[in-house]
Amino acid sequence: MTAPLAAPLPVPRLALKGITKRYPGCLANDGVDLAVMPGECHALLGENGAGKSTLVKIVYGVLQADVGEILWEGEPVRIDSPAAARKLGIGMVFQHFSLFESMTVTENVALGTGDPSPLPELGARIAEVSQRYGLALDPDRRISDLSVGERQRVEIVRCLLQDPKLLIMDEPTSVLTPQEAESLFETLRRLVAEGRSILYISHKLAEIRVLCEAATVLRGGRLAGRCDPREETAASLARLMIGADFAPPVREAQEIDRSGAARLAVERLSLAPLVPFATPLSDISFSVRAGEIFGIAGVAGNGQAELLGTLSGETLVAVPDAVKIDGEAVGHMGPRRRRERGMGFVPEERLGRGAVPDMSLADNALLSAHRTPGMLKRGLIRFSRTRAFAEKVISTFHVATSGPQAAARSLSGGNLQKFIVGREILQNPRLLIVAQPTWGVDAGAAASIHRDLITLAEGGAAVLVVSQDLDELFAICDRIAVMCHGRLSEAQAVRATDVEQIGMLMGGVFHLNEGEG
Amino acid sequence: MNEAEIATLAAILAAMVRAATPLVFAALGELVTERAGVLNLGIEGMMLMGAVAAFGTAHAGAGYAAAMAMGAGAGVGMSLLFAFLALGLRANQVACGLALSIFGVGLSAFVGKSLVGTPIEALPALPIPLLSEIPVIGRALFSQDILVYASVLAVPAISWFLFKTRAGLILRAIGENHDAAHDIGYSVLKVRTLAIMFGGAMAGLAGAYLSLAYTPMWVENMSSGRGWIALALVVFATWVPVRALLGAYLFGGVTILQLHAQNWGIPVSSQILAMLPYLATIVVLVLISRDETKIKLNAPACLGKVFHSGR
Amino acid sequence: MALRLELRPEASRAMLFVAPMLAIALTVATGGLLFAALGFSPLPALKVFFLSPLGDLYGISEWLLKATPLAIIAVALALGFRGNVWNIGAEGQLIMGAVASGGVALALYDVSGAWVLPTVLLAGIAGGALYAGIPAFLRIRFHANEILTSLMLNYVATLFLAWLVHGPWRSPEGYNFPESRMFTDSALMPILLEGTRLHVGALLAPLVALVAWVILSRSFLGFQIKVIGMTPAAGSYAGFGPKRVIAFTLMFGGGMAGLAGAMEVCGPIGQLVPTVSPGYGYTAIIAAFLGRLHPFGILLASLLLALTYIGGDAAQITLGVPLAVTQVFQGMILFFLLACDVLIRYRVRFAARPSLGGAA
Repeated sequence: MTAPLAAPLPVPRLALKGITKRYPGCLANDGVDLAVMPGECHALLGENGAGKSTLVKIVYGVLQADVGEILWEGEPVRIDSPAAARKLGIGMVFQHFSLFESMTVTENVALGTGDPSPLPELGARIAEVSQRYGLALDPDRRISDLSVGERQRVEIVRCLLQDPKLLIMDEPTSVLTPQEAESLFETLRRLVAEGRSILYISHKLAEIRVLCEAATVLRGGRLAGRCDPREETAASLARLMIGADFAPPVREAQEIDRSGAARLAVERLSLAPLVPFATPLSDISFSVRAGEIFGIAGVAGNGQAELLGTLSGETLVAVPDAVKIDGEAVGHMGPRRRRERGMGFVPEERLGRGAVPDMSLADNALLSAHRTPGMLKRGLIRFSRTRAFAEKVISTFHVATSGPQAAARSLSGGNLQKFIVGREILQNPRLLIVAQPTWGVDAGAAASIHRDLITLAEGGAAVLVVSQDLDELFAICDRIAVMCHGRLSEAQAVRATDVEQIGMLMGGVFHLNEGEG
Repeated sequence: MNEAEIATLAAILAAMVRAATPLVFAALGELVTERAGVLNLGIEGMMLMGAVAAFGTAHAGAGYAAAMAMGAGAGVGMSLLFAFLALGLRANQVACGLALSIFGVGLSAFVGKSLVGTPIEALPALPIPLLSEIPVIGRALFSQDILVYASVLAVPAISWFLFKTRAGLILRAIGENHDAAHDIGYSVLKVRTLAIMFGGAMAGLAGAYLSLAYTPMWVENMSSGRGWIALALVVFATWVPVRALLGAYLFGGVTILQLHAQNWGIPVSSQILAMLPYLATIVVLVLISRDETKIKLNAPACLGKVFHSGR
Repeated sequence: MALRLELRPEASRAMLFVAPMLAIALTVATGGLLFAALGFSPLPALKVFFLSPLGDLYGISEWLLKATPLAIIAVALALGFRGNVWNIGAEGQLIMGAVASGGVALALYDVSGAWVLPTVLLAGIAGGALYAGIPAFLRIRFHANEILTSLMLNYVATLFLAWLVHGPWRSPEGYNFPESRMFTDSALMPILLEGTRLHVGALLAPLVALVAWVILSRSFLGFQIKVIGMTPAAGSYAGFGPKRVIAFTLMFGGGMAGLAGAMEVCGPIGQLVPTVSPGYGYTAIIAAFLGRLHPFGILLASLLLALTYIGGDAAQITLGVPLAVTQVFQGMILFFLLACDVLIRYRVRFAARPSLGGAA
């Protein structure tokens, strides 16, 4: 041979060029470029609100870009529907699963793939694929009977049945125990080894560093950089993601004085399901003391929502003694009476429970703070007081908004959460219950919310944090208990436990000594 | 029983089936619409427009087939108005349905003014050979007109469609979780529009049955609340077609008993007896709604919710 | 070209006022087309419908007379609609109010005194409120949908009134007509304008609107109604009891409908007859929406809808069109309003490439 053949430049499986997507009042993607190679596990990295989800929805045809070009294996394509994306060989596992609760696994797969073959035949293929990739599934079970991890497997199997060349995974580990996440990674590695590409969306730096060989980082809707995450440190990735050096607050776990009365005491709390698909609670006991931050970990859907309902007073329990505030039985009291006893509550669902989307911040202040002296007079509202209260929340907690007259839904997720947390804290609660304090919130707001909770506890309040985010719980809590299948584990002192052990508990292995897991 | 009594019994059963037929049509149509996640409270309006359109067509001498088609078509036309507002413009479904009912009552009275008091020949019965010879049952069930047969056959057809076909699976999926269905790539608006149109056609046929067969004339507001009773029947049926049929026959029975009560010399005035179907509706609603879990388990989860794509 | 709706970051306040105006304009325009289709020249026909009835004092008094029950009922219904409580039974509650007040008026047939009329009116309020209490109870206790129960009760009330005037309450000197005796003067509404049928009840409408406005805009109860209506989960988070809101709004609506019914039978009608309302209870639903569920807006909307009643009468007499033209106009107004309301929350864009429109 006279001249060495030039190795052909590898063509990216997927290339995005200058993708721009505008929503009213916000630019979700601004000229984003991205390339995913065949057989590559490519991370799409960015904070909450950086535009990752919008970008992948454009790739999957759920949304259409205003400007920009999509190349599939070198050819320009128009992806105007998910069906078009699937035809090209793109599969996607959504963060919020696209599943139908009352239908079986097979029916869900049939719906998701558009596969016209008879359901029994499809069921057999589901069983076969789930076997091959280590994703145990029973095709005939109803989705409502599955755990969150199993539901994710349905989504993955649904994609794999179409033999995709590119699999998009949107924050897949946020709903998994650490052990489940590990086994998911195994599956993903096997897929990559088969030559498939994976576009892996996450804001968790550790998992990206062990899983992905390339990363594209978004910040504020724009391309912030590209890198090989295996050669970066968590700190350097965080800097790329956030745009500045950033140290979130970490609290040294405390040894709490256990002699005094508990602010919140839950004893032998059980609850039958009130609505279809709810998790029954069985025999839950724990207590939170003044000055303590108590965490409840667990994968979503294991009874946290039901437990929170009984704690807030939205669900009343048959035995009033099962929930006590400062020693007083409150299980039969509604939210207003519990608030009178010093409880504050931040629900998981910010817009639509913690706040009325179409009402102003001033009105939303009144929503939970109506007991604040002076706000009401003979059944009439004193609007100057509600406005002043909202203004105080906005200034004290640095809520970015146009003012107390702004509608709640005009705020970003992080700012709305700061407002709601602030609204509860300014009522001087002796007990604050917070669900998913920083879920979907940007790093700056998350840090400020964590700081506020720590300050509150240092001031002598009891704080209960229910969260799926283990990093968060380990950063601020003194003790952690784990929910699984409607039961709560023994509380573990943060000083004396680790992620591994909490992860085992999240998987339902409550009695480590018995060695069944 | 002597021969006269047997004849009376057969007549009562036959009348019960006829009284139930408009409810069967309307309830089945609404059931499909609601399975797709849309609450259309406008049945009463669609039914009346179907009645007046069918009657006008038959009155003009265009024949029963054309009359039925016009009845169904008028229902579809009205339902498209609803679909445009509730789906296209994302207006509140309750308000749109009420508007459709109010508008239908007025418009049917308006266009039907000249038809009042001019009866037509009723839709002829088509006795089914052999089956109609069976004592009692034969006369009650197998000597009816074509719309009665159609209403009964619609039950297995709709059950098969909803629970055995892929299209039915998609329709139910959209009613349960429209966001997921959209993310997967189904056109929520298209499927829902079709479901609404089907509901409109069935309500139109219900009206056509009233003005062509049940009382072959046009009277303002002749549906007298049957559209609303049909809505209650869908809840009563917990969104299962065959139960809607049973519920409708139950109501047919109440209606006919009330009409016959006076013949039997029950000393209650006709106005009080005429309340029975409405009171029965309330009783039935209360009985079925008492168990909230059961309703929640069966009701399409997205029923009545506005769908926003791309948000 | 495809229509595309874009959610506004915040609801447009301007469109809140523009939308009903636009709806009225579209209704008038479509009404003109309707008349043209019937072979009338549109402008004179519209004049017959909308303007001529108001040509003299008597016309105006009749207009206000019909607007009064609409406004009183609609204002009260709007409170419920704000709270997602759909009372469709105002017609029946009106009838039961008429029945209760009529019963008291007949019982006090020979009695005179200034207290008779207030007693009769209070009986009307009580009758309507208690009748609305039935769907309230069934919803609270058994979760039965109040739309269907309250609507069924309309038919029941109509039949009940028919039974009364055909049977037990039929006037002994009425030649067997289904009517009660005429009420005596002490049970009749004082006339406001000599030579007309306009009575003092017309003054109550703005008063009821004012009360409703205070409840809705200033009181904590109104705030709770709005929260539960917009976002039930937020209401439950805040600990607002939906049961109280259901009971209050339904019974307030029923009470006001009952008052309107009482004022009809003690006013222009003067006795119990089988039909005491030309569908005020249904038209009030339209008035509530057209008035933006806002008490003062509803006052204006009621005036407009009252015009469709007397316009319908005029059109029947002058043009010979069916009286049902009234309901056609009312239905059209509601349709156009619901359509125009899209402008409040959405911007309408015309996309050049249809497939880019998410929801065309």
